[in-house]
Amino acid sequence: MAKASKKKEIKTVVTKSSAGMDTLAAVRPDVVDYDDEEDLNETITSEEEEEDGDDERKRQKLLEAISALGSKRKTKLGERSEASVQMSEFTVKADGEGDRVDLSDLIGTMEKTSAVPAKARKQLKNLQRRNNTIECPLTKQQSERIQRDVAFQKAATQVTRWKSIIKQNQRAEQLVFPLNQEPPGPKPMERVVSGWKAQTPLEQEIFAVLSANKQPINDPILTPAEEASMRAMSLEEAKIRRAELQKARALQSYYEAKARRERKIKSKKYHKVQNKAKRKDLLKQFDEMVQTDPAAALEELNKIELARMQERMSLKHQNSGKWAKSKAIMAKYDDGARKAMQQQLEVNKELTQKLVTSLNNEEEEEEKDAGDAEQLPDLVPDAEHGLDSLNPWMTGKLSEEPTEKEKSEPMDLTAAGPGNTVEEEEEEETEEEALLREFDSRRKLRQAQETDAAPLTSVDDEEDEAAAAEDPDASDKEEEELTQFTSLFRGIADGRQEAEAEKAEADASAQLEEDVTRIRTLEDMELLCQEESTSGEAAAPPPDTENLPTQQAGKKRKRGIELNQVLTKKTQVIQVPLTPTMEDTEDSDGKLDQRGLIREAFAGDDVVSDFLKDKRKQEDAGKPKVLDLTLPGWGEWGGTSLKPSRSKRRRFKIKAAPPPPRKDQHLPSVIMSEKRNSSISLHQVSSLPFPFESHAQFESTIRSPLGRTWNTERTVRKISKPRVVTQLGAIIEPMAREELMKQAAAGKTSVVDSWRIKQ
Amino acid sequence: MKVKVLSRNPDDYVRETKLDIQRVPRNYDPTLHPFEVSREYTRALNATKLERVFAKPFLASLDGHRDGVNCMAKHTRSLSTLLSGSCDGEVKVWNLTKRECVRTLQAHEGFVRGMVVRYCGASFFTVGDDKTIKHWKMEAPGYGEEVEPLNTILGKTVFTGLDHHQKDAVFATCGQQVDIWDEQRSSPIRSFTWGVDSFSAVRFNPVETELLASCASDRSIVLYDMRESAPLKKVIMTMRSNTLCWNPMEAYYFTCSNEDYNIYTYDMRYLDRPITVHMDHVSAVLDVDYSPTGKEFVSASFDKTVRIFPKDGGHSREVYHTKRMQHVICIKWSADNKYILSGSDEMNIRLWKANAAEKLGVLAPREREATDYSQKLKEKFQHHPQIRRIAHHRHLPKSLYHQTKELRVMKEARRRKERNVRKHSKPGSVPVVSEREKHVVTVVK
Repeated sequence: MAKASKKKEIKTVVTKSSAGMDTLAAVRPDVVDYDDEEDLNETITSEEEEEDGDDERKRQKLLEAISALGSKRKTKLGERSEASVQMSEFTVKADGEGDRVDLSDLIGTMEKTSAVPAKARKQLKNLQRRNNTIECPLTKQQSERIQRDVAFQKAATQVTRWKSIIKQNQRAEQLVFPLNQEPPGPKPMERVVSGWKAQTPLEQEIFAVLSANKQPINDPILTPAEEASMRAMSLEEAKIRRAELQKARALQSYYEAKARRERKIKSKKYHKVQNKAKRKDLLKQFDEMVQTDPAAALEELNKIELARMQERMSLKHQNSGKWAKSKAIMAKYDDGARKAMQQQLEVNKELTQKLVTSLNNEEEEEEKDAGDAEQLPDLVPDAEHGLDSLNPWMTGKLSEEPTEKEKSEPMDLTAAGPGNTVEEEEEEETEEEALLREFDSRRKLRQAQETDAAPLTSVDDEEDEAAAAEDPDASDKEEEELTQFTSLFRGIADGRQEAEAEKAEADASAQLEEDVTRIRTLEDMELLCQEESTSGEAAAPPPDTENLPTQQAGKKRKRGIELNQVLTKKTQVIQVPLTPTMEDTEDSDGKLDQRGLIREAFAGDDVVSDFLKDKRKQEDAGKPKVLDLTLPGWGEWGGTSLKPSRSKRRRFKIKAAPPPPRKDQHLPSVIMSEKRNSSISLHQVSSLPFPFESHAQFESTIRSPLGRTWNTERTVRKISKPRVVTQLGAIIEPMAREELMKQAAAGKTSVVDSWRIKQ
Repeated sequence: MKVKVLSRNPDDYVRETKLDIQRVPRNYDPTLHPFEVSREYTRALNATKLERVFAKPFLASLDGHRDGVNCMAKHTRSLSTLLSGSCDGEVKVWNLTKRECVRTLQAHEGFVRGMVVRYCGASFFTVGDDKTIKHWKMEAPGYGEEVEPLNTILGKTVFTGLDHHQKDAVFATCGQQVDIWDEQRSSPIRSFTWGVDSFSAVRFNPVETELLASCASDRSIVLYDMRESAPLKKVIMTMRSNTLCWNPMEAYYFTCSNEDYNIYTYDMRYLDRPITVHMDHVSAVLDVDYSPTGKEFVSASFDKTVRIFPKDGGHSREVYHTKRMQHVICIKWSADNKYILSGSDEMNIRLWKANAAEKLGVLAPREREATDYSQKLKEKFQHHPQIRRIAHHRHLPKSLYHQTKELRVMKEARRRKERNVRKHSKPGSVPVVSEREKHVVTVVK
């Protein structure tokens, strides 16, 4: 009985709830039906509860009976009971063991029905076999938090797109609001007058014809088809597109014009420089390639080697042709001819110079170990000169001498020629140069001591070439031969050196005059430098031997700025912190240009004594003067030759009181002005205002006038542009999304512009 | 015989009409003008003085409300129209050029809490203490017609704020939660809650139109995206924010007025500390509104003043007050960047110039050039003490002045104490907290 009554109660509750909530109406009856079929005992959890429920039910019945007596209409007090406590939608209990719904139950029915496709059956079976449970879903708080985080990131990135516009507007000199104004000027009639209609018969006829032909009636001259196409692409996009195309076209024509212009340039020098730059680039690339892709580098190397061989085989650039001979005759008198020949030689030198890379450096080192080590110091400076060959200081001093030498011995000493003659050609060198040279050579010496690996220099020889021609691929073999040969050659060269009392090196790029054998110590170096400096000053035509310059050395030294004198200046008594006047040159060796060298050379100018002098001068100026009030002829005889008496002079000479001690009297390195005027300081800015970074900056802004009295009209207008301009009576709308698009377009163009500027 | 004479072409020096400007030949050689800086300094000084002389910002007072003005709304299409709602539920539409009320309607029972004009300008929304949202036509009803709202939505709770989307037919209200409504529907399309709190203001971002922000009574500012189902982030501050306003030109900046007398400008991407703390008010700040150019904003405070701040400046550039103006509850900056409107407790709406010394109306070209020049001069010499003193001088009512001084003393005392504590404790145990970091309690993700 109890069971039955309970069933009834549940039913009533369910019906109530279904009346209340329409949405649940569809679900609940099913559930109840299901319950009817099942054993209701299962939903009750304990025996005690059941007893309580019994009492309750009795009471309920009683109440119902009483209320039924009282009124016709059955007013049921709404009773709330949570259906889910007693039963669940799925009849799944937390503690339920036996009655758990399994997948197998469902599959059982599936197999009976024929409508289920085989594939689905298979999948379900697989699913049944798998026993792993699904992970517990995240708690609501956690999942919400993740949701929020993702959403925020999205919003933040979306908002960040405005950054460039905001930055730009903050930096803008002038902002004009409203932002997207319509262009001024007359507007078409149709836009101003909205409700215009064709009224006269003629007008009507015309418009009828127009509309029949689908022609535009109003002023915007677009047919419907055109309008449709316009709509397909928004105006902004179309504009951007067009601008891009224009830009591309402009760029193309610009580059075409540039190429044409460059092709037409006749200047040989220009092309030479251009070629040199290209070659330099190539070299750099090659160097990179050596590190990244040695195989390809080797191939490149072979190519270069081949070019070198060809150059050496041909008589090109050897100054042996008809032209060269004619020039050689002229060379004595004509500077231009000399230069032309020199250029030829340089080309030859560059082409025949052997490339030194890390690839063959290793082999060299091996060679060194074999026993060639003594030769190495000799080679070091030469490599340096190769770098310096571009230096105008170094190149300008070559004369006809090399060409003459070459004529006599074209193969061996073409390269050595310049080295011989440099000393003789240094008439125009100034003292500065001498100084520079000294610095330079010192640096080189230091470097020579530091570096172990010496680059190989080119050697002119037929045999080597032949060997190379035979098997260009076997580079290793060739290298060996080469190195062997160089050692041999050097022996011969040394012999010649002694014979001629001349330093004939195999290197062609040796344009400086270093005597390689001598440079062993710093003292040697210094000696050499002094020689050079004096020889540079020699005004007389260049002597053939070295003796003359060394003789002159003593005399000439006096005239130049003596480095020792400059650097070892007598220091003052007062110790003042000196700023470092000499820069460390070790790291910037090869790259220091002419200006840098000069700066380095004159860095020792005596600033300290200047400063002290200046200070003393200011102190003197600040001292009060003695006031002489004597009036000649007052109280005694006066005349041209008569002076007022001593007593008078003493009496009327007024000595002023000594000034208060200077503020900087105990500060040797400071000058403090005593001229500060407190009455002016009332009007002066006491500290540097915020946006400025230095006093000079602030003062310069104050110093530049703004007014018409000092500036032209256009400047004034430009200077006094207000930061923000608003239109009278115009509503300023907030920034619109279209601005982003505009900005994107502008950004593209600006990038292109900057790129052009770089070019 | 040929006689040579000196001759000048009259075209060079004779004016065509007497209205023309006299031609003045000039020599711009700087050596001829040794005193240019001092001359310009004098000009700058004079310009500054004149600016102070002409600084008369108060233009008009619109009276007619029978209770304190609680909210105002700018018309989106017409500069001369202003709407205001008072504490007795009355809404008035004003014509600013004529300075008169053109329409009055009893919109709500109790306060009119919020008001906003639709982006098309043809209608407006109000919310009130009677838990309703009402949609009104802008035009006055014709003769014999009844004043009826177009639409009324009855909500479950009181609405305290309202804002309309920039372009779509969507608006947002706040009360116990933030609701997003479609104009066509009577139930919110979305409602956001995050903890139990009541909101005091909600504002749409005018640039990134789908974003909103709201001030909650649990001292937090919450960000939302209309398209998302959950709020984005919130920052909890030491005291409650009353209202906030987005910068109309810079999408990610917003400024909120706080109970702790300060105004804070935030970058919505980095809520952990405000970009700028704007200080000067001596009582709670009740409302804030950006200038349409996004360069400045104006704030209304319980201390009976209106202040104008540059958007990145820590202190105000201008303070407006009158003897009769009581607690200023709402403030608006007009859409043409020229005027400021303040609604206050004592039932008046006041019209101010945004630039106190500016001449109103059309300027002749030479006049404009002259003002531009003097403006630049003032800028150039603004750091000079004499000019600075004049330019920065403002008159304040005595009570306000003393309150300011008192606050300064308090602040200094607090600073000193902190310094002393730091001095007498283990190094590093009392870290220096910057003013900007001080006011943020936490950021909740």
